[in-house]
Amino acid sequence: MLIARVVGELVATQKHPSHEGRKLLVVQPLNLDGSNRGDAVIALDAVDAGVGDRVLVATEGFSAMTAVGRPNSPIDMAVIGFIDHIDLMPGVS
Amino acid sequence: MILARVVGTVVATRKDPRLEGKTLLIIKPVSPDGKDEAGYIVSVDTVSAGYRERVIAVSGSSARMAAGCKDTPVDNAIVGIVDEVQLD
Amino acid sequence: MYLGRVVGRVWATAKNASLEGQRMLVIQPLTPELRSTGKPLICLDSTGAGAGEIIYWVRGREASIALLPAEPAADTTVVGIVDTIHLPTAPGVGTGEKGAESRPAGAAAGETGAQAALERTEAGPRIAQTGEAGAQSAPDGVPAATNGTQAAPKDPAAPGASRTPTHRKGRRC
Repeated sequence: MLIARVVGELVATQKHPSHEGRKLLVVQPLNLDGSNRGDAVIALDAVDAGVGDRVLVATEGFSAMTAVGRPNSPIDMAVIGFIDHIDLMPGVS
Repeated sequence: MILARVVGTVVATRKDPRLEGKTLLIIKPVSPDGKDEAGYIVSVDTVSAGYRERVIAVSGSSARMAAGCKDTPVDNAIVGIVDEVQLD
Repeated sequence: MYLGRVVGRVWATAKNASLEGQRMLVIQPLTPELRSTGKPLICLDSTGAGAGEIIYWVRGREASIALLPAEPAADTTVVGIVDTIHLPTAPGVGTGEKGAESRPAGAAAGETGAQAALERTEAGPRIAQTGEAGAQSAPDGVPAATNGTQAAPKDPAAPGASRTPTHRKGRRC
């Protein structure tokens, strides 16, 4: 799983039926120091997150599918929780 | 999937028994307009590709879904020989 | 899932039996600001997307699941065609400050507080910016989709029919 920030939303009328009824969010994965980690990606929302929230993203297909409750669907990333707080040991960057 | 070019073969007498009878080819990724890219991959051939042919290769656990590769320890398989690529 | 643009098609007669009847597209991965990122790849298509359309694709085992009940040996599949992208805050600015001026230029550049959207128009997709957090989707999102349909004819038919395309433009490789 990754830490990410929700940076936007995506609307698609033509898409796989299993993506209906949930928001498609644009999320930017983050490093532990808060900087960007790679490019932003698209994740299905399982927890009703909004733009600006810091969230937990599952990046493995089976986990993402079960998080949104849709087995056998082509979902490889999902927002599965909100991050309240992160504690890092001293010296970890 | 990626586009790649067959550049060689691998012969391995001692290997996992489930790979017996499978042809192992060395492929080099290419861009859609034909330029070689860095690196190489050893891939299981499922379409009888020949030397220098341009092929389509699938990676990951989906490679085991290629016909003939079920339950075999394969993480890359050649699944097509390219006839034509059209770029817009 | 990842964003991308359809930049071409691939035809292959000799292929693995699990790929029979599947349409193969050349996809250029994009960032949400529609900048190219990474190398082009080949994706199966479950949406009938046309040339130049902005799509999103899925990677891994889920790419096969997208085409159930068929189980093709595919690790990337196009699963949706994008109508609109809303990016109220500039990506990379973790503080949440509005960074409209740092965004790449697009048709809506300079419009502060204006709600623009990435719409599929006959001229092709336009970059999106919005100054409003949590903006609603563009009310004309559906008509834009219709325009996009006219501009980029889809080919939902099985690739068996499109094996010898009657219309070719661009480069043949």
